[in-house]
Order: sequence, then structure tokens, then C-alpha cells
Amino acid sequence: MASEAIKGAKVLMVGAGGIGCELLKTLALSGFRDIHIIDMDTIEVSNLNRQFLFRQSHVGQSKAKVARDAVLKFRPHINIQPYHANVKDPEFNVDFFKQFNVVLNGLDNLDARRHVNRLCLAADVPLVESGTTGFLGQVTVHVKGKTECYECQPKPAPKTYPVCTITSTPSKFVHCIVWAKDLLFAKLFGDKNQDNDLNVRSSDAASSSENVEDVFVRRNDEDIEQYGKKIFDHVFGYNIELALSNEETWKNRNRPKPIYSKDILSDELAQPNGNVDKKCAFDDEFSVSAMKSLGMKNPQDIWSLKENSRIFLEALRLFFTHRGKDVGNLTFDKDDQLAVEFVTAAANIRAASFGIPPYSLFEAKGIAGNIVHAVATTNAVIAGLIVIETIKVLQNDIKSYRMTYCLEHPSRKMLLMPVEPFEPNKSCYVCSETPLSLEINTKRAKLKDFVEKIVKAKLGMNLPLIMNSSNLLYEAGDVEDDMVAIYSANLEKVLAELPSPVTGGTMLTVEDMQQEFVCNVNIKHREEFDEEKEPDSMVLSGWTQHVSAPENKDKPAANNGASTSGASVPAVESDEISIVSPTKKRKLTNVPNAPGNEARNHQDELQVIDDEDDLVMLEGNMEGFKKRKLS
Amino acid sequence: MDGDGEELTAQETALYDRQIRVWGADAQRRLSKAHVLVYGMKGTIAEFCKNIVLAGVGSLTLIDDRIASEEAFSSNFLIPLDENVYGGKTLAQLCCDSLKDFNPMVRVSVQKGDLSSFDVEFFNNFDVVVVSSCSLPAKKLANEKCRKISKRVAFYTVDCRDSCGEIFVDLQDYKYSKKKLEETIECHLRYPSFEEALSVPWRELPRKTSKLYFAMRVIEKFEEAEGRSAGEVSVADLPGVLKLKKELCTEQSLNESHVPDTLLERLVTSTLEFPPVCAIIGGILGQEVIKAISGKGDPLKNFFFFDAFDGKGIIENISNSNA
Repeated sequence: MASEAIKGAKVLMVGAGGIGCELLKTLALSGFRDIHIIDMDTIEVSNLNRQFLFRQSHVGQSKAKVARDAVLKFRPHINIQPYHANVKDPEFNVDFFKQFNVVLNGLDNLDARRHVNRLCLAADVPLVESGTTGFLGQVTVHVKGKTECYECQPKPAPKTYPVCTITSTPSKFVHCIVWAKDLLFAKLFGDKNQDNDLNVRSSDAASSSENVEDVFVRRNDEDIEQYGKKIFDHVFGYNIELALSNEETWKNRNRPKPIYSKDILSDELAQPNGNVDKKCAFDDEFSVSAMKSLGMKNPQDIWSLKENSRIFLEALRLFFTHRGKDVGNLTFDKDDQLAVEFVTAAANIRAASFGIPPYSLFEAKGIAGNIVHAVATTNAVIAGLIVIETIKVLQNDIKSYRMTYCLEHPSRKMLLMPVEPFEPNKSCYVCSETPLSLEINTKRAKLKDFVEKIVKAKLGMNLPLIMNSSNLLYEAGDVEDDMVAIYSANLEKVLAELPSPVTGGTMLTVEDMQQEFVCNVNIKHREEFDEEKEPDSMVLSGWTQHVSAPENKDKPAANNGASTSGASVPAVESDEISIVSPTKKRKLTNVPNAPGNEARNHQDELQVIDDEDDLVMLEGNMEGFKKRKLS
Repeated sequence: MDGDGEELTAQETALYDRQIRVWGADAQRRLSKAHVLVYGMKGTIAEFCKNIVLAGVGSLTLIDDRIASEEAFSSNFLIPLDENVYGGKTLAQLCCDSLKDFNPMVRVSVQKGDLSSFDVEFFNNFDVVVVSSCSLPAKKLANEKCRKISKRVAFYTVDCRDSCGEIFVDLQDYKYSKKKLEETIECHLRYPSFEEALSVPWRELPRKTSKLYFAMRVIEKFEEAEGRSAGEVSVADLPGVLKLKKELCTEQSLNESHVPDTLLERLVTSTLEFPPVCAIIGGILGQEVIKAISGKGDPLKNFFFFDAFDGKGIIENISNSNA
């Protein structure tokens, strides 16, 4: 009986945001009485358009706790246990997961989803996954041994751009954003000790690297306006001229134009204060804004080169005059108005230089801040579908499990399209323990490269352990004192020079104790890698991961975002993107989607065959899977 | 609330940021000027109201004079379960108090009275009218009144029983534009009224037309014939309903297999709404109303059906031009 199954069920929800609020409400109304909910976030204003359990007065408070309080108002006698914590924390181990009948994800990032997937497999607890972006959404069911796990079908890898594209040859606005955010902003306002590729050029550089460093450092007595123009001219003028001097780069590309402040702001340079109202007062440091200072009101306007230049200089000035103590330890934050203004202006000026059309602050913020567009209605629909699947799972009604897709445009008259789940993928390295192969230069790559780029990034492990047969090379997390130094040293060693050498033919065992996930990686030595196509100098295979997808078009009108070919999941996770340099590894963040660009539109890939038995088949780009349906 | 200005206020831009990224500032402005009327405050309508209040419509007017009772709460999260709070108040009043909280920029109010008592002039105050918990004659009457108004009033009905749901849309003569690649395409849709849609002979409809359409019509007719209010049926009525089904199928020359007995049995046995379906139908309806107000996006024409048993959400075009 459904109602009996519901009454006795103990449910874990991961995420109390857009989907979470709708889901908690629907679970409570449907008769669920024991719900645990994990969320590490606090409430922000931009949440309130859809996370309806929260009010303006709750901004800053824990989502999990406020959600619980709100639902108890209309269902006072049920048990809701909130955890204001990160689901990756060690307290949420396999034993914790084992106490639940089902786990429901309402997450917004791939990392956490993979982590929960592994814990559910280890605990043998069914998982109902979901995601939404704008008008698109999907709900999927994962039961160990019976259906695919969440990772059986490759999920889109985070987008990467070659460093030279960012530093020298941008062709899209997003390249300019990444430059402005992760290079220029970081160089000017971030940690000075961090490596920064800002002055890397495609031809190996200059003997004048000493002088170049001096440019960015502001001397104590240096007039702020002078400093600002100096920086402007250096990055938009001088650096471009330098780049132009390398003919080879521009053989098949449009040449950028150097831009100097005196040319753009010539009429203002005569008056030292220009049109800037130096007396513009700000209520507090949070409301410091170049737009406000310059009387520009509309974040949707597209600024002229002149306006962008003014904003650039004014924002820079305001950082030093009003937020001086922040300079030197800032990282870009999409909710930092001044930072967004600076990055928008800088990106637009660089774009102008390279003949790329500019974007408004509103749009630039979305790109720079990785913002996922979202509405309440899609989340409500998905929440309803999640509860329907949950009830089936509680009753063990395997034949009726469905993956359901919420479409923006109907496919064969359907806006909600159910599909039968597939059997587990036999070559899934997560649930089928398939070994992997890694091509790497064992004489050049260090252990830490392997740990960061492969074990953590690609394999999604959180606290890994790495062994070469019985020799422990590295262990993350709580480690005995005498081992700390050994592991730190090992990280810096080249693979072939480790105490237990890793060379061609070696098989490494990689494990995450918390996820109870083990993976074997066969090492193959390779000398050379293509800098553009294989920027990591490593190639992982044996796992059905698709090749890095083509970049999205920038134009908002284009609705053909084909960046996840092969994955049948329409919705997008908002993920961090990394640029990896061949020589250094640092995390730079960005997102591929241009504003207004609807995420994956799968109308072309899905073909629905509608027969009397209500079975639906997926065809299309399946990348050689051998799939069979459950029944 | 932004009444006069053309620009969105800073407050609106901050609050609506994520949805402006979906449908644009223009659409948001149009939403803020729209007036919506809603009749029948059960679970699905509560969901719908939550959605459009969050979306930021100009105003929302609620009609439901029924006094709150335990039954009413089953799927309605807007009503607190404390008798000290709900005692003696009407459903509209209770929902109004909760909805105001979701978005202070939306004017939410209560209108007393029976739907059939309002004249055409009353409906002229609104851009969108949504009715539920409504008998067949009342639905038709409200639809007709909306159609008499020169400015286009969008009309919707919604009905959820057991784990099924139905939405009907009437946008009359609807013109809108959309971008396809680089071009702007002008679109023109002509919707039939509820009465006109129902008059399409069943045998002229496509063979695979959703069974839920026919089942709902049988129950609707049964309630009308027996003088019942909407949803006032029970499993005891099943024999009468099955009999009526036979008669209608004969009259319409439709094979009875198109209206399964099992489906009819479900619909008369559990007349309470199923919360997940309320969320789904309320969500789809919310999206549709937002599309109609903003003029952005292909509106559905003209019925939407969902049945949790097969999990499909289907659009059916039931109009004479189609058949």
C-alpha cells in the first residue's frame, strides 16, 4: 500500500534550494513523516524568486533550517531534521546513508552529485536525481544493480580553454571574461603570490619581465588616476602591440587593435576630475559602485567603449580609495557589484580590441558568475515528478520506474516525457569497477598533477588514497604526523622518481574511503602531448567519457547549444570550469553558456515511439553504448 | 511596486534576477502590470498562485467563499493547520494571507461571491482568469463572459482528481512573435471556447487522443445531470457513471475502449487531489499564464493532460479546425 510505505519511510534530501523547497513541501503534503535535509548554503536575495519557503528577513540564515521551520507551519507533526553542512563532510558516511529508504538530490553541481551517487551505491540505497535550468528539467532513478548509476552515462566535463586563447587570441566574449576575471582582476586585487599568466605571450617573452612586474604594483605615492591609466594603457595598449609584433600568431587571424586611454577619453583628460563626481557618497562598502558614481543606472545597457573605459578607471579607483584593505586578497565574487563592474568593463574593452561584440553588465555577470537561470514553475513540476518516483521506489515497483524529461517544446505532443531506465553500464568505472588507462609522461608529470587533474577532477574523489601495489604513495585527510612530510614530498616528485616508481605498465589503485569507491588505473608512458587538444598532458580512457564538447555560440538568440552531445540529460549543472596551463595548474573559473542561451535542446536527439504499452525508446547519439531496457 | 515607471526598480532587478535571465526584462515588466483572477482554492490552484506571485504579477484576486475544513487542507500548503488560525475563515481569506508573504510587490486580495454572479464588466478588470472546482455550466458561462470583452482575457480551467490532471486554455485570437535563429516569426493561433471544444464530435478526434479527455467529459456530464457541484462524486456513483459512459460513446459513435472503466473508477473514487500532481499541474499552468501575459513562448493549445500512472504530460489540440 502506497500510504503505508510513505508513512514508514525515512527520506534524505540533499539540497534545500530551488528544487529542495518545492520537494520538501510536496513530500510533507504527500504524507511523508521523517525527512532529513542537508544544505550548506545560506539564503540570498536572488533565491527568493523561487525558493518560496524563504523570506527577505531570512537572508543570511541556513536554508535547511529555515525550510524546515516553514514546512512545519502547515505540517506541524512531522519530523524534519536539518543539517547545515556540506554533504561531503565525513559525518555523512556510508553508515549515515544506510539509515534511509531513499535519497533525493536537489543539487546544483556535478561534484556533489557524483559524491552522493557513490555513497548511495556503497550503502545500497536508491537515489532519485534531478536537475533544472530555466524551462528544462529531468528526474532520474538509480538503483544499484538494477539501473544505471548516475555516472553510467558520462556527464559533461567542465569546459576548458587553452591558456593561449585567453592570454593572446580570444575569439569569443567568454574568453575576455575569463581574462578579466582570472587574470587582470586577480593580478590587481588578488593574492600577489599567486602565479598569474597575464603577461604570458605566445612567443616566449621578454627580457623586460622585471619592468613588467613593476607596472602592476602601485607605488605608495602614485596618484590613483595615473595608476589606473597606466594599467589601462599597459593591458589594452602595450600588451596588444607586443602581441602584434609576433607575426606568426596573426597569419590567419584578425589583428587586434591597441587601445589607449588618451584616445578614448581625450576630452576628459584635460580636466583632472573629468565628469566623475568625487563626492559621490556610498552608504557602506557594499554599495560602492562605479555605475552609481558615474550616474549609470541600467545594468541591461550595453556600454560604449568610452563608457566601459570610464567604468574601468572608476572601479579601479574606488577599489583603492574605498576598499583599500581588500586589495591583495580578493577573489571574484558575482555578488560583489564593484568587482562585476570592473570585470564587465575590462572584458568589454578587450572585446573591442579583438572585434568581439560587447555585453551588458547583466549578461556579463551571468557569464562571469556562472549563474544558472531559474524559475519556480520548473522546480515545482520536477518536485512533483520526484515524489511520484519516490513512491514507486518505496514500493519496489521496479517495472514502473521512469526517467522523466520536462521539455520546453513538446516532442510528439509531450511536454513531460517518461522513459524507461537502462541497465547498468558494464563499462562504468563507478558501479561496474572497470579499470582505466592513463597516458602520461611519467618522467615529467608529478604526483600532484595526477592527484589534482585525474583523481579529484576527473574521477571525482574527495579524499583520495593512492597506492602502487602495496605501497601507499599519498593519502588525503587525517594522516599520522610522520607521514605528512613524506606525502608532501611525494606530491612534488615526478612519477618515475617516486619511492615506489610509477612507470609504463604500473597499475595504481586509487580509493576514496568515504565514498567507498576504488578504481584501478593502468599507467602508459607517453612522451608528447598536443598543447591545444590535450592541455593537461594526460589522457584517461577505458571509461566512456566523451571528448570535450564544442564551445557554445555566444549569441543569445542561438538555441542550439550542442555542448553535451551524447549525454541524454537535457538540464545543465552550473559547474566550475578550469583552464589548465601545460606548465602550471591553477583553477580559473568560467562557464560556457552565453546569456539567454537555453541549455541543451534535445528534440533532435530523442525519438519517441509511442505504442500501446507506453514504452518509449531513446535513439540518437548514444556513443556506442550497448543498452537494454529493464523489462 | 513598479506602477508608473518603465524600468524595473533596483529591488525588482535583484529579486527577479534569475528569472529575468530566462524570459527577459520586458517580459518581467509586462508581468508586473498583469491582473489575475482565480476561482476555487484547492491544492492545484494554491500551487498556481504561489508560482505567479513569485513571478511578480501586478495583482491576484481570489474567489472561494467555502469555509475552511480539514478536507480542504489535504493538498493546500497555504493553510496553517492551527484551528485557532483557520477557524471560521474562508479558503480565499486564508490563502490570501499566506500568498501576500511570498512577494510583497504583488497585490493579493479576496473577492466574495459566486462565480456565476459576476457580470462581464467584472471580468474586464483582469487579463487572466483561472477557474477550478467548477461545474460545467459555470465554466462555460465564465468563458463566454471573458470572450465578450474587447481586450483579450485569457481563460483557463484546471481539474485534478486522483492522480490525474487536466488544463484547458482559451487565448481566443492570439498573435505573438518569436525568434528562430536570426529571424522573427509572426505566429497566429485561434482558440475555440470551452463549449466549442467540447462540441467537436468524439469520432473526429485523432485515434490516440488522451483517454483522460473523454473520461473527464463523462464525469463532468454526470455531475451536471445529477445537479452535483464539481467533485461531488464517490465510488457509489460508479454504476451511474459507467452507464452514462455507454450512452455517450454510443451517441458519439466512439468505441468504449477509449474510455476505460478503470480510469473512470479512479476518478470517482478519489476526488481528493494528489499533491505531486498539484505541483505538476500548478507548475505547467503557471508557465502557461506567464507565457500568455508576457507574449513570449509558444502557448499550449488547447488541453494538457497528466496521469501519474504513465507519467506522460500530453498536449491535445481539440478544436474544429484540427479534427
